[in-house]
Amino acid sequence: MTAMPIYMDNNSTTRTDPRVVEAMLPYFTEHYGNAASRNHPFGWEAESAVDDAREHIAAIIGASAKEVIFTSGATESNNLAIKGVAGMYKKKGNHIVTQATEHKAVLDTCKRLERDGYQVTYLPVDKFGQVHPEQVAEALTEKTILVSIMAANNEIGTLQPIREIGKLCKSKGVLFHTDAVQAVGKIPLDVEDMGIDLLSLTGHKIYGPKGVGALYVRKKDPRVRLEAQIDGGGHERGMRSGTLAVPLIVGLGKACQIARAEMSQEIERTFRLRERLRTGIMSKLPESYLNGHPTERLPGNANISFAYVEGEGLMMGIKAVAVSSGSACTSASLEPSYVLRALGVGDELAHSSIRFGLGRFNTEADVDFVVDLVVNEVTRLREMSPLYEMVQQGIDIKKIEWAHH
Amino acid sequence: MPYSEKVLDHYNNPRNVGSFDAADPNVGTGLVGAPECGDVMKLQIRVNPETGVIEDAKFKTFGCGSAIASSSLATEWLKGKTVGEALAIKNTEIVEELALPPVKVHCSVLAEDAIKAAIQNYQAKSESEPASASAPAVSADVQPAAV
Repeated sequence: MTAMPIYMDNNSTTRTDPRVVEAMLPYFTEHYGNAASRNHPFGWEAESAVDDAREHIAAIIGASAKEVIFTSGATESNNLAIKGVAGMYKKKGNHIVTQATEHKAVLDTCKRLERDGYQVTYLPVDKFGQVHPEQVAEALTEKTILVSIMAANNEIGTLQPIREIGKLCKSKGVLFHTDAVQAVGKIPLDVEDMGIDLLSLTGHKIYGPKGVGALYVRKKDPRVRLEAQIDGGGHERGMRSGTLAVPLIVGLGKACQIARAEMSQEIERTFRLRERLRTGIMSKLPESYLNGHPTERLPGNANISFAYVEGEGLMMGIKAVAVSSGSACTSASLEPSYVLRALGVGDELAHSSIRFGLGRFNTEADVDFVVDLVVNEVTRLREMSPLYEMVQQGIDIKKIEWAHH
Repeated sequence: MPYSEKVLDHYNNPRNVGSFDAADPNVGTGLVGAPECGDVMKLQIRVNPETGVIEDAKFKTFGCGSAIASSSLATEWLKGKTVGEALAIKNTEIVEELALPPVKVHCSVLAEDAIKAAIQNYQAKSESEPASASAPAVSADVQPAAV
């Protein structure tokens, strides 16, 4: 039997919690009704299960159940929020403000809108990956209809000051959307307190199933309207047609219920594991650098660059753990992570980055094993690295005129 | 990405890792790639000036597993070849031997470039004929060759 690696890529996706799977199963086999069927018990059961799920999802973000719209995942939620606002409010204005390290589901949606005649401002971030509310304030114009700033970054874990940005948007009468995919269940969120009008979330980052997400759409103060992106039977208050995926929705609801009930212990636990990993590795390896914010970051995320060692090459050596790299070696573009670039991390260090995403199912033993593995392999690869050798010889590798290919 | 057995073997047991004294007149050094691109290879050959045979070769590589394997394989192939034979090594042979996928072909190109750069450097140091004087003089103060 081939042993599977230790899973430390929880910013990418998560294992579905067995309690979630258990909750979902009856909705495949016994309670298989269509939640829109109003005339028989199969439909009633399904609708009731969906209503329960809606309550759990609303509760984890401080919303009311009626404000939750089900989607296929956060990519769809982000598309619906941004394109939906753009379409509905185009008489009011055509300007959107976002920032450089958003997920592609936001950035590429904005790029499409630009092709359709909208104006988009992409705010730069500081060296820790944060935007500042003053930048948002300066970017707003009379034509601004939406600000979209993520709650937490998927690569570097940096948290954005969304409460301040939300309050600012409120005071200016501009709608505020946040992609909270990485933040739900990892940091406390409250749409009232944070002035959030639209919020995207997904099941599979919070130990729920893949293929289901939700968009919170504020119902009052103000009542946010969206232009539907999918036409059909008028489900979900007409904002998102399509038969509800009842088993997946039940799973998303259960995942939110668990995440909310266990959030404080889980934050503390993943933070402790993350710090054990980070300090374990960085205290033993000189010239390793933490990417992102030192404190304002997701509890389970550590994104570390190891100078003079290439990230994909390193991943091959530490294949007993599943992680991600900002190296572009697997892509044809040869361009490293745009997120790290936006922070001003040099391309060389971006190629050398590894993202560790600790989660619910990781243990201290996992962390200790991974610390040794990474330290040994980085040391081995540095001995094999011409860059490391040159630095040892006192050569400034930044002064060399490299032949770019 | 799944790696071929041969890539894994070279990655886990790289052949001929190390360095020669770049100032040695019988040593040719090639340094290609760029840190910002995620690949840098340093390849060195030690040539017997009497016979023109490459008696030893060493490498150091910053890069992915395929880049490490390509340069490791190159050092194996170089040993025992004459300089002329070494110049005939094509990146496509490396691709074939290591079963590199299309996205990794650039690693083999870099290895071929490193071989050529090392030979060029050796020739520039050892010969003074005008025919080869165009090669840039590279020594302990290593400079990368044009790719």
